[in-house]
Amino acid sequence: MTIDWAHFTPWASLSGGIVLGVASALFILINGRILGISGILGGLLPPKLGDTSWRIAFLLGLFAAPTVFHAVVPAEYIIAPRIEAAEWMVVVAGLLVGIGTRYASGCTSGHGVCGLSRLSPRSLVATASFMSAGFMTVYVVRHLI
Amino acid sequence: MILQNHIYRVTEFAVGLMFGVGLMASGMTDPGKVIGFLDLFGAWDPSLALVMGGAVVVGFFAFTLAKKRTSTFLGGVLRFPTNTQMDKPLVIGSLMFGAGWGLGGFCPGPALVSMADGQPKAMLFVAAMLIGMLGFELMDRFVHAPRKAKLNAA
Repeated sequence: MTIDWAHFTPWASLSGGIVLGVASALFILINGRILGISGILGGLLPPKLGDTSWRIAFLLGLFAAPTVFHAVVPAEYIIAPRIEAAEWMVVVAGLLVGIGTRYASGCTSGHGVCGLSRLSPRSLVATASFMSAGFMTVYVVRHLI
Repeated sequence: MILQNHIYRVTEFAVGLMFGVGLMASGMTDPGKVIGFLDLFGAWDPSLALVMGGAVVVGFFAFTLAKKRTSTFLGGVLRFPTNTQMDKPLVIGSLMFGAGWGLGGFCPGPALVSMADGQPKAMLFVAAMLIGMLGFELMDRFVHAPRKAKLNAA
């Protein structure tokens, strides 16, 4: 293993992570809900009467983030995303993520951040599973084929 | 009651906004960075361990406090997950999710934020993800649930 120092961003990532933690903290302590993106989004497919407005309010906030981020952070500090995957891979990835997160009742936010924070054994199993599948997939895609 | 609902809509929006900004600041919206973290056997970018670490340390204090309380700061219900079963869906679903995460470099939150940021591949990813989510929902409702009901009736 070699460390990719050129792309390592300890301070940005740590402070971004703290912001994610504070958002999850506010959501449980004020709204009484687990901040899990796949659950919030998936609960709208299909929408259920009386259980949509909070999901939509949250998602609108999420969608407003890039506008606010670009307005606040000077352009020279913003790193353009690198998307190597070909279109067909992006589609396969999206299908897997959609089915998988609903089947497992959670993704990186619900199981990863909130689940580990509340020491849930279920979420620990989920996080260990999706991380190892992620490591294996990248190994296969980058080093085997 | 109506005033209370307005407060909730505002906090939901604000928390969503904050979460999205956190994702962008941390580097989670850059699939190259996600795959760099998942690439243990290449040039490894440890950044995302710090994202997770920072989030979980803050979250740990919040959830420890939340578990001791009987209601939210606004007096509302604390909705904690109730399922504690280690079952097949949890593991198989997570493995599928992890494979997709490694393949595209997107998980649901960053994909939605990147879509809103105008990234064409993120739009494609979100479209496929929504089809996957809806497909799962329909399968669950029309295939799994009737089969389970039939098994229980037998």
